[in-house]
Amino acid sequence: MAEPILKVANIETYYGPIMAIRGVSCDVPHGGIVTILGANGAGKTTVLKTICGVMDPQKGSVIFEGREIQRMDPDKIMRLGIGHVPEGREVFPFLTVRENLRMGAYTRRDPDGVAQDLETVFGYFPVLKERADQRAGSLSGGEQQMLAISRALMARPRLMLLDEPSLGLSPKLVSEIFDIVVRINRERGVTILLVEQNANMALKVADFGYVLEVGRIVMADTCARLLEKEDIKEFYLGIKEQGARGQRRWKKRKTWR
Amino acid sequence: MATRATDPCGRTGRKLAIFLQLTLNGLAVGCIYGLVALGFVLIYKATELVNFAQGDLLMLGAFVTFMGVVWWELDYWVAFFIAIVVVSAFGALLDATVLRRVIGQPQFAVVMLTIGLGAMFRTFASVTWGSEIYTLPTPFSGVTVIGGVTLSHQYLSIVAGTLLLCGVLYAFFTHTRIGIAMQATSQNQLAAYYMGIPVKLIFSLIWAISAGTAVVAGVLLAPVTLIDINMGLAVALKAFAAAVLGGFGSIPGALVGGIIIGLIELYAGATLPEGFKDTAPYIVLLLMLAVRPQGLFGTLARKKV
Repeated sequence: MAEPILKVANIETYYGPIMAIRGVSCDVPHGGIVTILGANGAGKTTVLKTICGVMDPQKGSVIFEGREIQRMDPDKIMRLGIGHVPEGREVFPFLTVRENLRMGAYTRRDPDGVAQDLETVFGYFPVLKERADQRAGSLSGGEQQMLAISRALMARPRLMLLDEPSLGLSPKLVSEIFDIVVRINRERGVTILLVEQNANMALKVADFGYVLEVGRIVMADTCARLLEKEDIKEFYLGIKEQGARGQRRWKKRKTWR
Repeated sequence: MATRATDPCGRTGRKLAIFLQLTLNGLAVGCIYGLVALGFVLIYKATELVNFAQGDLLMLGAFVTFMGVVWWELDYWVAFFIAIVVVSAFGALLDATVLRRVIGQPQFAVVMLTIGLGAMFRTFASVTWGSEIYTLPTPFSGVTVIGGVTLSHQYLSIVAGTLLLCGVLYAFFTHTRIGIAMQATSQNQLAAYYMGIPVKLIFSLIWAISAGTAVVAGVLLAPVTLIDINMGLAVALKAFAAAVLGGFGSIPGALVGGIIIGLIELYAGATLPEGFKDTAPYIVLLLMLAVRPQGLFGTLARKKV
């Protein structure tokens, strides 16, 4: 296999004295879609924050395109070609949609390319074009998510980190947004690292998945195979097996415990 | 009624003239408060620090201009320009070396630090320029009389200068890439990082702009209050009141708040007994805080969407 675009090796990240990430390693191959699954508080967001430089790992390394990027400032890491769609969208509420998108292209110096990309993202999300001169804070949650994805895209990243794009959205919107994510991956060749609680959706679009629990990777496999695993079915997809009522809950243990 | 009707230019006319005069002067003084308040608000919005040394930056600006005009016999405008550049650069340096380290520390630490810095600047000024009171010669010394109202060019220059500066800043913040990036950084610092905006540099630039605004306020104010090492103190305190009145964190609020404080001060000085001139603005501020604690243009606990 070729050298992965992003290689995370044994990172340990702390919130003060609390160890949030206990030695996570993962690889993201060029042009792929990789997902990290996990429940609330598993440390998914922390992994992304460590990759994009908002948090510094105590140990371990993050290698992007063959270059160590841990402990660099987040704005420098972004300039290397990593786009981040943060959890909770984090748009600039008092700037217009267009200004938000222009901020996404802040680091670029080619106005023609920026104008072209603006049309491209308006093509992906026509509703943003309709609302181009509206303040971002006045958009609905789904529209803000579209804006956050588009804004990250405006920088022409080679790797995009998506943090829970489905959070708080209706199922219809979720599948709409995931369709676009797949298109971005196929059409523009952007590698995607997707962090999700919505395992069903994430496993459908991704090629490879990691399962994170309390700061550790407990499973890593192709998504097709992850979908077959009993534990994933039960704990992440909510598919229950037939069995004696009441008993199952007490006896069943996750195989990795 | 009868006397007034037959004597239009008598007492009523004079009262009106005095009123207009007071209004102009109040407006001018208010503009100064507004500019200093603007400095407070710009820094607060971006970095959530309150810079209590704002008034002393104003004083430094006035002194640098004074030094240029009187000691080195430069042209007023050249000295003005040099002062803006020097003090703005100083503001940026201050951020890069000292203030950046206290971001995220308790507000108390920040307040003590900036008050301490202000005291240092005053000491520096008294050592360098002495503690006398100086006059800054300006091109605005004349008066224009229109219908019995004396319009002093000093006051007119303050109003015009404030309008000009606000126009320039408005255009800068809404139409330039870096200006919009400053807005973006103020609204969501984390997201600004994700966009590759150099947030630390932006903070320093905001400090520079804030210091530059203080210089403009100081130089415009210099002919009115004269220059001494404590000139910034009273102004900064009232400007702080203005910023709170306008709703701390609102730029139009800072300017409107400044003008309101300026007008109240002058009206109170003319109509109320001795001493009310300086207390009236704070009385209004207290009333405001009781009735509408978020200030004129403020929003209560702005929720991030």
